[in-house]
Amino acid sequence: MSDNLVFRFDVLGGDFTSAGQASVQVKKNLRQLGFDTEIIRRVSIAMYEGEINMVIHAGGGTAEVIVSEEYIEIILQDSGPGIKDIEQAMQAGFSTASETIRSLGFGAGMGLPNMKKNTDSMEITSTLGVGTRIVMRVLL
Amino acid sequence: MKISKMQELLEAKVLCGEEFLGRHVYSACGCDLMSDVLAFAKDQAVLLTGLVNPQVVRTALMMDMNCIVFTRSKQPGDDIINLAREHELVVLSTDKSLYTSCGLLYTNGLVGSKGVAK
Repeated sequence: MSDNLVFRFDVLGGDFTSAGQASVQVKKNLRQLGFDTEIIRRVSIAMYEGEINMVIHAGGGTAEVIVSEEYIEIILQDSGPGIKDIEQAMQAGFSTASETIRSLGFGAGMGLPNMKKNTDSMEITSTLGVGTRIVMRVLL
Repeated sequence: MKISKMQELLEAKVLCGEEFLGRHVYSACGCDLMSDVLAFAKDQAVLLTGLVNPQVVRTALMMDMNCIVFTRSKQPGDDIINLAREHELVVLSTDKSLYTSCGLLYTNGLVGSKGVAK
């Protein structure tokens, strides 16, 4: 376990223009580590969608990426409003994003389903008024 | 199709990545909704869009694209161009609309997704 590589990032809320910086950095790191292109793309897409979600809905949070021999794990944690109905939020097209966010090209209700599609496992735990934690894994 | 050929067809200006105009690209997608690009694009090297913000560049990066075309004379700011340059993307800007741009490239052999969009 001590051989695991860990990357940690603070994701700033309310700053849409910088959203995604952590994902770009992770992609760069994984490339340098020599991972397969498809694995890198899946991790990057899942993390980027999650990062955008944290900026849009939760006022930011933290992102942690753990690289082990068997998997790459992405842990996203925020202290936002929480997700009221996770099952509903997982439905493609369901969105609570504002018109402003939609005009920026996001908020189409595709984020969570796309995160699930690109990872081998995804667990969401969320408490209203406390925050949301999402753990995703891509197996190597 | 070489990116230089795209530039010629679209009568586009090169905003950055001049040194990479010799790259070959095999498919493209035209979209203003980055959520859709992230969910449905597959192996497209070029993103044509009328949307202008840094997320366009980051979305292209996530999808391993290497060229962005801003349509209908949209002018990205320096922050966008610098981000693209840092990651060696080619950025073009054309006066043509998204529809016309896609049509021109398609009829000249640059197709859409090679796979079936799910």
